[in-house]
Amino acid sequence: METAVGTLRKTPLNPVHRELGAKMVAFGGWEMPVEYSGLITEHMAVRGAAGLFDVSHMGELEVEGPGALGFLQRVTSNNVAKLEDGQAQYSALTLPNGAPADDVIVYRRGPERFLLVVNAANIEKDLRRLEDQSRGQCEVKNRSDDYALIALQGPKAQPILQGLTALDLSGIRYYHFAEGEVAGHPATVSRTGYTGEDGFEILVVPDRAADLWRKLLEAGKEAGLVPAGLGARDTLRLEAKMCLYGNDMDETTTLVEAGLGWIVSLEAAKGDFVGRRVLEAQKKEGAPRKLVGFEMVDRGIARHGYPVYLGDEPAGSVTSGSYAPFLQKNIGLCYLPAPKTAVGTTFHVDIRGRRVAARIVPTPFYKRPQ
Amino acid sequence: MEPSDRRYTKEHEWVKVEGDRGTVGITDFAQKQLGDVVFLELPEVGKKVKAHERFGTVESVKAVSDLFSPVGGEVVEVNSALVAKPEAVNADPYGAGWMIRLKLDPGGPSDLMDAGQYTDFVAKEAK
Repeated sequence: METAVGTLRKTPLNPVHRELGAKMVAFGGWEMPVEYSGLITEHMAVRGAAGLFDVSHMGELEVEGPGALGFLQRVTSNNVAKLEDGQAQYSALTLPNGAPADDVIVYRRGPERFLLVVNAANIEKDLRRLEDQSRGQCEVKNRSDDYALIALQGPKAQPILQGLTALDLSGIRYYHFAEGEVAGHPATVSRTGYTGEDGFEILVVPDRAADLWRKLLEAGKEAGLVPAGLGARDTLRLEAKMCLYGNDMDETTTLVEAGLGWIVSLEAAKGDFVGRRVLEAQKKEGAPRKLVGFEMVDRGIARHGYPVYLGDEPAGSVTSGSYAPFLQKNIGLCYLPAPKTAVGTTFHVDIRGRRVAARIVPTPFYKRPQ
Repeated sequence: MEPSDRRYTKEHEWVKVEGDRGTVGITDFAQKQLGDVVFLELPEVGKKVKAHERFGTVESVKAVSDLFSPVGGEVVEVNSALVAKPEAVNADPYGAGWMIRLKLDPGGPSDLMDAGQYTDFVAKEAK
């Protein structure tokens, strides 16, 4: 049941997790905390108060130089020209077939200075790819070892963080960021996250991470802030129907199929980019299959990889599936042929040899109260 | 130290034998390894199971784990309250978290660990 943790990479917060008694697991080549007090407790804390996550395993790639904007326009799906300084954008590095090589957040730090936050397991792949594509038009640097990343998520995130910084957090809109000090440490604070709640992601240099983490936990204690692991991160993002790279999308699923057509820009200012032809056609004419959200009708938890059947016909497999702690339902995502994706459509998931009924439901499964 | 009134398997199940009946559940170590238990699949009354045979499934949010019976026998009772509230496996693995009750096959359990042996076994497994 336990994953061996031999030659795994460790984040700067590793000793802090151990001190907190976290259960550690292997994830994307890293030793990461999967839970501290318990997955459901942590999940509910994020929905009701706040949770603190170490996401330092995520990669940071710097793309800089006079050619940076033009370069990023050609290798990502979203329109980078729309960004102002201090603004971030959800996007993807695309392949010619319209699939993501990775999903990323692009931060514009200056007209010629961009930072890409990428998935941990894809750092080397993305770096090689961007270096190949750039051919010296701009500088691409792997800065992953130079940053720790801490996510503070939940409805109490802003008041907790505001107590530790002179930055006016109410002035940082969703997918915007600012540079300033947090608990005395120079940091980049962005209003982003992967939980479906309001919250912030805080970039700091590695040797400041442990002190910042402790001060955040202390500052948020009364408000109900708890450390939260990758387990809760996964169930939170699934309830909010945020895709996980490698599960819900990969090099074989186009962005339109994955329901990410909204990060595919066909605006004039965007121009041509890798995969545009396929993505443009699919945006206009529809994709042959679509990622749908479902809940189990009968007893059983669908999990990643379980086969899916439409009638007696095999129809792919579950890409993500779990018990959803806030919704108290068993939910999941899978790809189905486009004509079979209407809400209410029933199909079956093969749960270890037993075919269990599931039904397509509207997504996101969970939307936070405004 | 685990309760001394029952015996244990290497798969982290326990059986408490009273007369010709055996009550079966999973250990505290097992529930901690699993994390929050959210789903149970247990057999019907009347099902016959052999010693070390799979009798059901326990699922936490993150993991699926088969349940193996420490002893052979016929299922005479199933903890249906537990199926409705599986979190009792975490809260009270040796009490309210019991899963099935068996009418034991003749001979009874032979190759199981007592509480002391199991405690040592777990200490080794946890490194």
